[in-house]
Amino acid sequence: MTSVWPQLEPRLAHVQKPARYIGCEDGAKAKAPDSSLISWLFTYPDAYEIGLPNQGLQILYEIINERADARADRSYAPWSDLEAIMREENIPLFSVEHHTPAAEFDVLAFGVSAELTYTNVVNCIDLAGLAVRAEDRQEGDTLVVAGGHCMFNPEPLAPFLDAVVLGDGEEPVGEMTDVLVAQRALGASRAETLAALAQVEGVYVPSLYAPVYDGPALMGTAPISDVAPRSVEKRTVADLAEWPYPKEQLVPLTEVVHDRLNVEVFRGCTRGCRFCQAGMITRPVRERPADQVRTMVQQGIERTGYDEVSLTSLSTADFSGIEPVVMGLMDDSEDAGCGPLSVSLPSLRVDAFGVGIAAQLQRAKRSGLTFAPEAGTWRMRQIINKLIREEDLYEAVDAAFSQGWQRVKLYFLIGLPSETDEDTLGIAELATRCAEIGRTYTNRATVTASVGGFVPKPFTPFQWFGQNTADELQRKVNLLRDATRKTKGVTIKWHDPSATLAEGILARGDRRIADVVETVWRNGGVFQEWSEHFELDRWVDAMAEHDLDLEWFTYRHRSEDEALPWDHLSAGLHKDFLWDDWQDSLAEVGLPDCRWTPCYDCGACTGYGIEHVVASAVPPAGGSQGTGQDLSTGAAVPVTLGRRSEGASAPLSASS
Amino acid sequence: MNPPARFTVRVRFSKTGKIRFISHRDMARIVERSIRKLRLPVSYSEGFSPRPRISFGLALTVAYESEAEYLDIDFVTPVDLEELPTRLTEALPDGLSVEAAAHLEPGTASLQESISCCRWIIEVLGDSADVTAAVSDTLNAPELPLERERKGKTTTVDVRPAILEIEIAGPTDNGVQLVALLSTDALTIRPSEFIRVLSPEFGEGRIRRTHQFIQQDNGNRSEPIEAPDSPAAPHTLLTRSIAPSEASAMSDERCAS
Repeated sequence: MTSVWPQLEPRLAHVQKPARYIGCEDGAKAKAPDSSLISWLFTYPDAYEIGLPNQGLQILYEIINERADARADRSYAPWSDLEAIMREENIPLFSVEHHTPAAEFDVLAFGVSAELTYTNVVNCIDLAGLAVRAEDRQEGDTLVVAGGHCMFNPEPLAPFLDAVVLGDGEEPVGEMTDVLVAQRALGASRAETLAALAQVEGVYVPSLYAPVYDGPALMGTAPISDVAPRSVEKRTVADLAEWPYPKEQLVPLTEVVHDRLNVEVFRGCTRGCRFCQAGMITRPVRERPADQVRTMVQQGIERTGYDEVSLTSLSTADFSGIEPVVMGLMDDSEDAGCGPLSVSLPSLRVDAFGVGIAAQLQRAKRSGLTFAPEAGTWRMRQIINKLIREEDLYEAVDAAFSQGWQRVKLYFLIGLPSETDEDTLGIAELATRCAEIGRTYTNRATVTASVGGFVPKPFTPFQWFGQNTADELQRKVNLLRDATRKTKGVTIKWHDPSATLAEGILARGDRRIADVVETVWRNGGVFQEWSEHFELDRWVDAMAEHDLDLEWFTYRHRSEDEALPWDHLSAGLHKDFLWDDWQDSLAEVGLPDCRWTPCYDCGACTGYGIEHVVASAVPPAGGSQGTGQDLSTGAAVPVTLGRRSEGASAPLSASS
Repeated sequence: MNPPARFTVRVRFSKTGKIRFISHRDMARIVERSIRKLRLPVSYSEGFSPRPRISFGLALTVAYESEAEYLDIDFVTPVDLEELPTRLTEALPDGLSVEAAAHLEPGTASLQESISCCRWIIEVLGDSADVTAAVSDTLNAPELPLERERKGKTTTVDVRPAILEIEIAGPTDNGVQLVALLSTDALTIRPSEFIRVLSPEFGEGRIRRTHQFIQQDNGNRSEPIEAPDSPAAPHTLLTRSIAPSEASAMSDERCAS
């Protein structure tokens, strides 16, 4: 194996943030290049400071490096200044550990968690020196693979990818390695290897399937090979306790986002917010045993020297016994003499209970608190199934200001199904009322309403909904700006509606959209997540160039019998469950959280013979939020508790 | 209530190899984490967001190496100075190595206040004869006007008094290695500016700080941590030359040098 370091090193003094390219993080694996091992290059298709903290890639990186027959390095999209130098001097995409060229790895594997990184995926494949289209790659070329939430509709990237992994990667990454070891021993061809990979559950090989069109309409996507299953099912880790990863979270040398210890406390969410793809595709809920959380935090803090830990999940306040767990962590840290530890939760519940936890966590610095009511009126919150009452929000905000916080941030979506201007303006009313509550405590009270345009996502009840046009979203933003212009203490922030449109093209696009991705990339459209790099015209022009209609792909409502581009893939959810939930939504009917109510058979558990793994039969205190039900009495509900309830956890391997 | 007792320790460390590409701010975070890892009894600041009391010296430009970086750490109880360098080095990432530690008397001036000049090994990319001639021209120049841009305004400064010494250490693959003593006092010149002053034609190769000096009242220079048996008389500090082997050791592939 070769290294590009001698070429790279003299140029690093001339690029921004060169520490992005040197590796050397605490926790980095230095498993030396060895051609007898199956080698993976895990790549995050965005800048290092965004990609390094990605827990999914870190988990897979450790799992592969623990194997005797495989090794893994990491790579990130080089920033434009370095890319210019790399293209000028013929330096290929490289790993940060050994500066090995990407094309020398057996597998180039992307973690794709944002649609606007698609052009970066193509750019990285090209920088690796590989043909960007899978069909143009030759025998012996690196296999290009992708996983991550966006890959539940991989079709806009399908022609560039040799294989796609659906769902939790912990198990399939090992099974794919087994296949690659076996195929190499057999001297198998590329086609034979791909056919063998297609036998791994959760692995989708796009070249073995073909879409059928009738004019603009997609009629379906079906296998064109006997070896390809009709439908590819996602993978689900049944028990998080068996996967205490990352065991050695990477500690970067330079500043990154989420620069703290992260410990995943559960995976999956059953609150059933209808706009939320993450909540739908990661079902069921699988909690990590509390004692394992505590051990992972303790060992992590000791090993890394971080003074902050984030307990991550889609809704951490729902973790069984969250209060004793976080209090225990803070006591552990005091006992260990590591200095002050702060515990953060990625999201707060909108009620006084959530604020109560926050108050105990942030004894010192009380700068800002964030809540996500998501919609401005009760009607709209019923439609999205986020059943927060106004009283809940006001109570939470009152609790926050009365306990010393001065800034409150509220997250909202606009462009939701059946939204009227009254619903949109409800956002301004909520924010205004919250600021008034704040001013009864301090004149410095400010409320920021952060407003994002809604993008319908695959495998959600809203997958049939026609996205608002960019103009319509901008009009709604303007309504909100006008309504709050003279309101003391209220600020409106919003995402660029044109970026929302581009995200919408990609989120539900079919395989034809790949041409658009390639054209935008060829015209220089990379780092589309970054406002300084984003230009909507590139997308609109590329759609026109390929005779693809924005209206058809983005703004149009889909019908029940229409074939969707991801119909040959499965997140376990029954399509009729999603359709019924969509109809309930339009009828303004909520759906309770199934952790603490009887199963309504969405398919995520029953289809795979798995179930929720929760340690408590009762919802957390103050439990009305998100369920619309009064469960605060704490009566046991008829769910089967997972086998983790005994508290037996897999031992953590000794980590230094 | 009396403020808690403080024991200030000054450490010297080197920064070599790949890690030279991290910034001064990055260094601060890394040192804080390392001290927490070791559970050293560091003193924390008061207030809403307590930070460990660590003061850093002059910032080192990204991509420059150094054998002579310093920082002062306040502890609430005394720490074992014998083992501190080894323990810190083990906790720090590869490429950062703590070489010495010393107690600081209360009231000692901070590193930022007291450092007056630094010695550098500077690789100048250019033709050997041209560089040699430029060095001699520079040393003989009565004044050296340098244009600087600050906040959009261009000012011209005579930087000749800031160039205290230059020696030619020898050739490298692409240029010449110089040893220069540059002022960081009221009048400052950065190594990159120094190369520009030699000639705008020259390029910047590898640069390494080898010493930082404090100007004493008696005119002598001392280092922030004195070696116990070699009092720092100016003449002993000026004669160091760089062996070619050391110059080639400045390129490496691993994290550490």
